[in-house]
Amino acid sequence: MEKKVEKLDRVTIRFAGDSGDGMQLSGTQFSNTSGTMGNDVNTFPDYPSEIRAPEGTLYGVSAYQIQFSSTRIHTYGDRIDVLVAMNASSLKVNLPKVRKGGLIIANTAGFGKKNLELAKYETNPLDDGSLKDYKVVSLDMVSEVREALKGLELSPKNVDRSKNIFALGITYWLFDREMNSTEKWLQTKFGKKPALYESNKRVLQAGYEYAKNSDLFPVQYKIEDAKLEKGIYRNITGNEACAIGLTVGAKKANLPLFLGSYPITPATEILHWISGYKKYGVKHLQAEDEIAGISSAIGASFAGYLAATTTSGPGLSLKVEAIGLAVILELPLVIIDVQRGGPSTGLPTKPEQSDLLMAMYGRHGEAPVPIVAARSAADCFYQTIEAIRIALKYMTPVILLTDGYLAQGTSPFKVPKIDELPDLSVKFWTDPKTFQPYKRDPVTLARPWAVPGTQGLEHRIGGLEKEDLTGLVSQDPLNHQKMVNLRAAKIEGIVNDIPPAVVEGEQEGDLLVIGWGGTYGAITDAYNQLRSEGKKLSYCHLVHLNPLPSNLGDILKRFKRVLVPELNSGQLRTLLQAKYLRPILGLNKVQGLPLKSDEVEDKINELLEEGK
Amino acid sequence: MTTIIDEIIQRPHEGPLATSPKDFKAPIDVRWCAGCGGFSILAQTQRILATLGIPKEKFVFISGIGCSSRFPYYVDVYGMHTLHGRALAIASGVKIARPDLSVWIATGDGDGLSIGGNHFIHTARRNVDLQVLLFNNAVYSLTKGQYSPTSLEGQITKSSPLGVLDDPFNPAALALGAGATFVARAYDRDAKTMQYMFERAAKHKGFAFVEVYANCVIFNDGAFDEFTMKDSRPEHTVELIHGQPLVFGANQDKGIKLDGFQPIVVSLTDGKYSKDDLLVHNEKDSTLAYILANMTYAPGLPRPMGIFQAIDRPSYNEKVVWQLEHYAKAPGAGDLEALLKGEDYWEI
Repeated sequence: MEKKVEKLDRVTIRFAGDSGDGMQLSGTQFSNTSGTMGNDVNTFPDYPSEIRAPEGTLYGVSAYQIQFSSTRIHTYGDRIDVLVAMNASSLKVNLPKVRKGGLIIANTAGFGKKNLELAKYETNPLDDGSLKDYKVVSLDMVSEVREALKGLELSPKNVDRSKNIFALGITYWLFDREMNSTEKWLQTKFGKKPALYESNKRVLQAGYEYAKNSDLFPVQYKIEDAKLEKGIYRNITGNEACAIGLTVGAKKANLPLFLGSYPITPATEILHWISGYKKYGVKHLQAEDEIAGISSAIGASFAGYLAATTTSGPGLSLKVEAIGLAVILELPLVIIDVQRGGPSTGLPTKPEQSDLLMAMYGRHGEAPVPIVAARSAADCFYQTIEAIRIALKYMTPVILLTDGYLAQGTSPFKVPKIDELPDLSVKFWTDPKTFQPYKRDPVTLARPWAVPGTQGLEHRIGGLEKEDLTGLVSQDPLNHQKMVNLRAAKIEGIVNDIPPAVVEGEQEGDLLVIGWGGTYGAITDAYNQLRSEGKKLSYCHLVHLNPLPSNLGDILKRFKRVLVPELNSGQLRTLLQAKYLRPILGLNKVQGLPLKSDEVEDKINELLEEGK
Repeated sequence: MTTIIDEIIQRPHEGPLATSPKDFKAPIDVRWCAGCGGFSILAQTQRILATLGIPKEKFVFISGIGCSSRFPYYVDVYGMHTLHGRALAIASGVKIARPDLSVWIATGDGDGLSIGGNHFIHTARRNVDLQVLLFNNAVYSLTKGQYSPTSLEGQITKSSPLGVLDDPFNPAALALGAGATFVARAYDRDAKTMQYMFERAAKHKGFAFVEVYANCVIFNDGAFDEFTMKDSRPEHTVELIHGQPLVFGANQDKGIKLDGFQPIVVSLTDGKYSKDDLLVHNEKDSTLAYILANMTYAPGLPRPMGIFQAIDRPSYNEKVVWQLEHYAKAPGAGDLEALLKGEDYWEI
């Protein structure tokens, strides 16, 4: 039949199936291919927290969502345009997120009696009329795959397992994707198993041909490239970006890297990545607990390494005492907190932004710590570098906040040249004649870094209050006041070393939206949408949360109303109100879900309406 | 890949090495109570440091919190007084980062075995090459007299006015159980033995644990007198000497013999047994080490003093280095541009 061709600006597709169905693989391939073709891409893998959830169940559904576009996008899409549902449970779980009129590609082999029972369907949704608001394409992918692989000597298990590749092939035709990047990937993956390479390649082709020739797919969609800046790109998760950021940052500092860490969701992959970086000279310790993780990092820092520890909320709670030690020792340390839903074990696999106040104030005594927050998966790389820069230059622990959404999701990362990254090089103190452990640099107020092995600089530091300059133990009341003030002034002084806050849109007026961290994508998409509708509003995204940029107070004065959308009950709002003594509005969501641009748009529209 | 730390590691020591214990005395008053067991431990440590042929700048002392943990302030080398219980975790970071350093830990029964118990067992298990001096005074002293994990059942302390209900840890057995490769016990009144053990600990490649009975004159005075005073010691302790039979008693008239796996006391004067029948110490024998460690609280048996075990096993920090050296020769080693690009990249 003659097929129609339609152009689309952006599409959100979600591959959903059972945990064992290979949805993560289909999603990654689709995303990489789309990136290769020049689309902007944003993805979110969504898998169950159970390790091996029982097959076919509602809680065993695994999914991978991709938004790809011919324009810049910043989220993985609020509403699903195309849902690939490999079984009944995956349809049931994901249907509420599919837009009315959206396309559902269902694998009927996953809608048998047992599948329907496990999904708690009374009747088969594919033929009981309940999906009348959607376009539904039903086909038996398993028999199609068996047909395609007839004659090849493969175990039935291997044959049936490639149905995810068949589904991928269908979507490749549907969105006019090139197949060579996936074929190349298959070659690398199955290079040593030619039979599997051959079968997967054949199944991919079969899926493509099926869609091309079947009446079930009357339309092919084209999404033009997003005209991104020239360069080399890759998809990257926030966690991998942090791991690479630490490794590359150490190189730029001309220091060896040490990571002391303890596994915790959703931060663990940083440890996974780093532990595999032996060929880059990285040392790591999977410690016995969170406290040993940070403690070993403090030891390595004392010994002259760029030291880091990685964790999530409950782990940050356990590290708090040691962070205070690093504050008084004035040793450089990077602490990466991948925020998740709390309190306590809370929602271990779900994102939240509720550790901001702990990062800011969660220590006994006066113990200020710089805080930076990454705004996208790729930005995790740059903010890791920024955290390293501040830690080394100011001899201080720094907390980098990311979250479960950034950590697990991907965004395209324009691969930087190492030479183009900031120089982070430091010098150890070596001159015994002028050495005093707490004699500060007049500009940064940082103390010297004098590492063991340096002759003539033998000295003792510790958690007891230090005497100014000498670092000797001191109980003197006025000295304590002085040291508290100095430590605070050092952190406050970083304000002169960070870029001013930038306001997009109107530079003064009615409504300013302030965001921080991983909600950047949702707020930006909402902001762009509303601006394109001609609405007057402004947006300012904060990277540095302690200290806050020096011009923020002036910016706030120029707006009648300020809205802070965040995934907590108002933590940045609390900080801003306290510092700038003015009311701030909040859009606060604590559901363990990322912010959606729709939600931001609705809130802003509501405020603009009120302001009329 | 060379970094600026390599310059520090490779820089040769200028001038003669410090060889006098005085060179290791920090210019600061020692603030322990008069009569504290810590003084002797400090003096013996300084004496040994001066003999090891290691430049001063290569020593690092790490401590947690407690009376014993003031130790680093008094030794004129690199030092860090850190968090209650965390000294071993911090020291692990120092040693893994810098295997060129000689890293020592001063800790106590509270710091090392109570709040720091987890780090103690895991650092021992990994066999990180550290010297751990545990001052056991069987009481919390810096917080002014509560019972500790080595206090004895029934002991009266400020937080156990009617007697301790806990059973105590046996530090030597705990260390052995956790996988420590060097385990020894000394006491504060015996300077010579302490020096010998500190030297052996320093030369041991791996986790070297020395428990030192340290008298707290204020909160638990005399707790170890039975095992440390001249008149009672010979009858209540037995010295472990590698290759020698276990003989004890004021007149060297008793010995330890194995009855199955059970050590028993036999007389050397009643004609039934001679030295040839006695258990001969072998510090390479891990099974024997357990048996000897378990004599610690056993009624009717003398308390073993000396080196329970000294065995060789690659240290964690060595293995880290081996792994790095191995992968430094792997294809793409050090190629950070390739790391940045990853495997799936595309060009626009």
